[in-house]
Amino acid sequence: MSSGPALPVPASGVPGAEVLGPAEITRALTRIAHEILERNKGASGIVLLGIPTRGLPLAHRLAAKIAEVEPDVDPSSLVGSLDVTMYRDDLHRHPTRTIGATEVPADGVDDKVVVLVDDVLFSGRTIRAALDALNDLGRPRAVQLAVLVDRGHRELPIRADYVGKNLPTSLSEKVRVRLSETDPDAGPQVVDTVRIDGGER
Amino acid sequence: MKHLLSAGDLDRDAAIHVLDTAARMAATQGREMKKLPTLRGRTVVNLFFEDSTRTRISFETAAKRLSADVINFAAKGSSVSKGESLKDTAQTLQAMGADAVVIRHPASGAPHRLAHSGWVGTSVINAGDGTHQHPTQALLDAYTIRQHLAGGPTHDPTAEPDQRGLGQDLAGLRIAIVGDVLHSRVARSNVQLLHTLGAQVTLVAPPTLVPVGAQAWPCDVSYHLDEVLADQQPDAIMMLRVQRERMGAGAGSGPSHGTGFFPSPLEYTRAFGLDARRLRMLPDHAIVLHPGPMNRGLEISADAADSARAVILEQVTNGVAVRMAVLYLLLAKEKETWA
Repeated sequence: MSSGPALPVPASGVPGAEVLGPAEITRALTRIAHEILERNKGASGIVLLGIPTRGLPLAHRLAAKIAEVEPDVDPSSLVGSLDVTMYRDDLHRHPTRTIGATEVPADGVDDKVVVLVDDVLFSGRTIRAALDALNDLGRPRAVQLAVLVDRGHRELPIRADYVGKNLPTSLSEKVRVRLSETDPDAGPQVVDTVRIDGGER
Repeated sequence: MKHLLSAGDLDRDAAIHVLDTAARMAATQGREMKKLPTLRGRTVVNLFFEDSTRTRISFETAAKRLSADVINFAAKGSSVSKGESLKDTAQTLQAMGADAVVIRHPASGAPHRLAHSGWVGTSVINAGDGTHQHPTQALLDAYTIRQHLAGGPTHDPTAEPDQRGLGQDLAGLRIAIVGDVLHSRVARSNVQLLHTLGAQVTLVAPPTLVPVGAQAWPCDVSYHLDEVLADQQPDAIMMLRVQRERMGAGAGSGPSHGTGFFPSPLEYTRAFGLDARRLRMLPDHAIVLHPGPMNRGLEISADAADSARAVILEQVTNGVAVRMAVLYLLLAKEKETWA
C-alpha cells in the first residue's frame, strides 16, 4: 500500500491527525467492556483473546474494566493471547514474520464465549486467520469480535460485535495505533492515541 | 536466509531468532491439534544418501505438522544404486516441484554443492554431510541446553518449559563435548553454534580422535575427562557416539571391529565413557546430552543414559520443534525467483 502524500504536519510536530486520544480510548474501552457484560449477561464463561501485538494490551485493559464492574472476576484468568501468524493467507507475499505467543487461560476455550480483541479491523483477513487458529485450540460456544477502530474496506464477510470508533478511511491512508504497553518509545504526544495519516480525506 | 548449510551461517541474533521460533513451535506441539496450516501446498523432499532414523523422521514429522507434503527419498532402492549422479537426482526432484530439499550425504560439502551449483532453485537444508556439519542437531542441542540452563541454574521454575530462556543466549555456560570428535559433524556444528551463543566449549577426546586443526577452533581441547569434570564443573556434557562404521580398520562386526583409534572398547570406556561415578562428579544442575544413537556400555553407561540428568529424549522432541522453525523460516515467505 502506498502511503500517499502526507497530511500537513500539525503544530505539535507529530505527523498525522489524531483521531482518538488517551481519554477517548479509555472511554471507548469502558463502553465496550459494558457492552460485553450486557450482551453476555455477566462475565462468566467469557475469555478475551488479544491478537498480538496490540490486541493483547487492549484485551488486558478490557479485562481490568470488566473486573471493576464485576468484583468477583479475576482479570488475569480472563485474558489470553492468540497468535495468528502461522494461519495467515499472505505468508508467501511477505518476508518471514516473527511468531508471537499463544497463551490460553487454564480452562481452555471449549464451551466458552471467546471475544477476539484487535486494534484495527481492516480487510478482515487477520480475523479469518484468528478463527482458524481458534478452531485448532478448541470449540468455543460463541466467538465475538471487539476492535478499537473499524476502518472499513472489508475483503471477507466479517463484522465486529463491539467497535470503539468507526473510522471512514481511504485505502491510501494509514491508521496508526500506539499504546503505552507496546510502544513505550513513541513519545508523549503519540502514546495511547489513534492517528491517521497519508492520503487525501 | 535461503539455505541452512552450516551452523557457521548463523550469527548470534539469527541463532536466537531460530531458537525463539522453535519455542513458539514447541508450544503448539503440546496441543491436542498439533497440525498447523502454515506450509500447505509446499513440498519438502527428504533426500537421504546415508542411513538415518531420527533425523529423517524428525524432518518428516516437522514438515507434516506444518502441512507440507513430504517425499522421502532413500538412496537404497532408488536409481542412485543404478549410478545416477547427485545432479540428476536433484534435478529430477526439482522437476517434480519440490520447494525444499533436506539432504543427508556421506560426502562433506554435498549440500553446499547442491545449493550453490545452480542445479536447483529450492532451499537446501543440510541434515548431515560426511564429517562436516549437522546444523539442525546443533540448534536442537542449543535449544535443549537453553531451556534447562539459560539465565543461570536458578531459572524461573514457574515459566512454561517451552518458554524458558526465550530471547537469551548461552553466555557463561561451560559445555564439554566428549568422544569421537574426529568423525563427528555434530561436534563441529555444536562448537560453532555454542561459541556463537557465548558458551565456553571444551572438547574431550583421545588424541587419535581429535581432528587435525582442532586447536584453531573456538574451543579448548583436553585429553582427560576426569580433569575436565573436576576442574571445570561443566553445566552440560554432550557424549558423542563412537562412529565405528567410519573407523575402517579391523573390518567386520566382531568386538575388535573398528578399534584402530583406541586399544580396546573397554579401555575407551574407562577413559572417556560417562558412568555413574563421573555422573556424580558433575554439578547438581548439569544435564547429559547425546545426539543418538547411543552405544550403551561404550561411550555412555546405562546408569547415565537413564538417569534423571539425561535429556536425550527431550532432544528428540525438541528436534521436531527446531526443524519446524527452520522450515518455517526458510519457506514461509516470498518465493525468491530462480534465474
